[in-house]
Amino acid sequence: MSDTASSNILLREFAPQIERTGTLGKLWITFLIGVVLLGFFALYWQVSRGHIVTGMRDNVVWGVYIVNFIFFMGISYAGALISGALHLFHAEWRKPIIRMAEFITIISLLIGPGFIMMCIGRLDRLPNLILFGRIQSPITWDVIAISTDIFGCILFLYLALLRDLAKLRDFDELKVPNWKKKMYKILAIGYTGTPEQQLRLKKSTDIMAGMVIAIAIIVYSVLAWIFSVTLQPGWHSTIFGPYFVIAAVYSGTGVLIVAMYFFRKVYHLEEHITLKHFVNIGVIMLVLAAFFGYFTFSEYLTKWYGSEKNDEQLIAILFKDYYSLFILSNYIGVLVPLIVVGFKKLRTINNITIAAFIVIIALWLNRYLIVVPTLESPYLPIQESRDAWAHYSATWVEWSLTAGGVALFCLLFTLASKMIPIVQVSDLKEEPKEAGDIYLR
Amino acid sequence: MENKKKDDNNSRRNFLKLGLLAGAGTVATGALIATGKNTGESGEKIKVLTTSGEVMEVDKNFLTLAPVGRVESHEGIPGRKFVMVIDLAKCKNARKCVEECQKGHNLPKDQEFMKVYLMQDSEKTAPYWFPKPCYHCDNPQCVSVCPVGATYKRSDGIVLIDNERCIGCKFCMTGCPYSTRVFSWKAEEAYESDQPYSPEKSVPGVEGTVSKCDFCPDLAREGKLPYCASACPMGVIYFGDIDEDVVTNGTETFKFSELIRDRSGYKYLDNLGTRPNVYYLPPVDRQFPFERGLDGLDEEVTKRFENTPYVKNLKNKETL
Repeated sequence: MSDTASSNILLREFAPQIERTGTLGKLWITFLIGVVLLGFFALYWQVSRGHIVTGMRDNVVWGVYIVNFIFFMGISYAGALISGALHLFHAEWRKPIIRMAEFITIISLLIGPGFIMMCIGRLDRLPNLILFGRIQSPITWDVIAISTDIFGCILFLYLALLRDLAKLRDFDELKVPNWKKKMYKILAIGYTGTPEQQLRLKKSTDIMAGMVIAIAIIVYSVLAWIFSVTLQPGWHSTIFGPYFVIAAVYSGTGVLIVAMYFFRKVYHLEEHITLKHFVNIGVIMLVLAAFFGYFTFSEYLTKWYGSEKNDEQLIAILFKDYYSLFILSNYIGVLVPLIVVGFKKLRTINNITIAAFIVIIALWLNRYLIVVPTLESPYLPIQESRDAWAHYSATWVEWSLTAGGVALFCLLFTLASKMIPIVQVSDLKEEPKEAGDIYLR
Repeated sequence: MENKKKDDNNSRRNFLKLGLLAGAGTVATGALIATGKNTGESGEKIKVLTTSGEVMEVDKNFLTLAPVGRVESHEGIPGRKFVMVIDLAKCKNARKCVEECQKGHNLPKDQEFMKVYLMQDSEKTAPYWFPKPCYHCDNPQCVSVCPVGATYKRSDGIVLIDNERCIGCKFCMTGCPYSTRVFSWKAEEAYESDQPYSPEKSVPGVEGTVSKCDFCPDLAREGKLPYCASACPMGVIYFGDIDEDVVTNGTETFKFSELIRDRSGYKYLDNLGTRPNVYYLPPVDRQFPFERGLDGLDEEVTKRFENTPYVKNLKNKETL
């Protein structure tokens, strides 16, 4: 069977996703838009009434906004490291899931920085970051690193999209509005798949795969340094760079697995995304769980064992006020994937997805436990009569914006899957489905 | 005001050097402004030169030094290196420093540049009252981390904030290990002020930005002590110049080096490498029993100390 013929069969299979949206899909999109609007309302509320409407006060000056920022930047790793690394290692099985990973990257990269802006007191002065930027400040490093990352990741995704865009352009049976056809034509920039073009594309993709990995590591280390360059007892740690990088990829695998699960169900991709993919990404998640657990353990063990006065105070808060959250994030969040993926009997698609979901929650909490309790235990004791100033608890504004961010992520993901097949069509060939490249037999 | 031409600046400085004063008509050059707020005339007339070149006489009370503009506030007062010494032996938590500072900086009641802590270093050691301004560190973390240069270190040692440049990212607040900085969470009525903004005065406050103790450089320019130092009834707070080796609380004046040597002065959490410019004299030979500081406080202030080990202990003893 020729290449075009086989991909036309595949295109015919994936075309319905792009051509129409069912009632359930429309309901889902409406729901997401509703939540996003709620977020916008909360933003309006905050801008018009000042930051007093958040739970942040003079001691805990950073709250769930920063946590969400770290979280979304973290899951952007799913694409960067996973698709980049799997591309470089020529892991053939990656092909049906790589597009999802790259979508996760771009979308979360666009949402993440939005959250840090919500934390900024004077949004109107944002241009000052460029006008008066100081290279000595880790925030400036962050601005440079994140913008480079967004640019690099969009390029990487685009290179991967190019062949599919050309295929969609050339696929006459596609029943989509004219604007979509035009979009495919413009975006395909005249790619026809000549050998020369193919070679160029492969070379650029290889380079970008390496680049996005490097950039992503830098971005996440810089993000960690925002915390670790300060003198705060809970943050001033040399391992924060690598710790954050590992935590980021870890949460990224979690989101990828959950995305795989839903797209497989909704778009009936059972034939393409199989247990093999869940197990393979699950194994990556298992390795990362071990690393993450190891880093978390070293971080807190040294603090606890040395029990320097301020470290001791922080550990006391973590194990008293935040006890259940600490257990959920740093114990359950590590052990569940280890057990579920580790034992063959438990290794089912449903179980792995549940484990991945737990990982996502645990990693969000992990960041919360890094940010908030540290700010609640400064060097000078907090002597406050106002409880809200001594202890942080997020308000409805912050939760609405958080929900809005998550909804925006799902919405953009859904819409993206309506524009371009969620599976890289040009890479898939009709091949035996149970190929032997499954990890952990 | 910062848009003035450099020539203007220079000519103004020359004016001041010559001992002349710019006239009430020269508001644009910013040296002096006629406020018209002061009631009554002092009787003392000052000759001033107006922009049109006329010499006129104005009553002294109608003139005040105009606040230094944003650009000039970066430079610091020439030849100065400010230092503060806080004598813990004399502090009885009268909180006059806090109140006067709030008044002087037009702060809302729940915002304090100067804070007074109840400190007890460990279980068996003696408690003491601990006034804490900004330490104006020589290696300031807050300045290092600021992404837009809104907070800066001056030649006279003072760390200031430009509230018209600050973006409110609060990184400096997490950078400061001494919890010195406060954020303006809400536009408060108390911020409102008819004076033009100056980083040297920290007035008027700007919503969504960070502010803190500024060592009152506007008062230093007039040869006055900071609000906290002149307000303290016990003379706890000494302010002075480390290069001139002199500190004063308004009534007593000491050689800084001798005071630090004789009274074993130290810097709080100096091990963090921040190199503060505020020194403490340890609470030995106290002038007041510590407990006196708990008397006559506002209910709100009393509540702040409820969770300290010292007050908890006190309550336990009472119930026994």
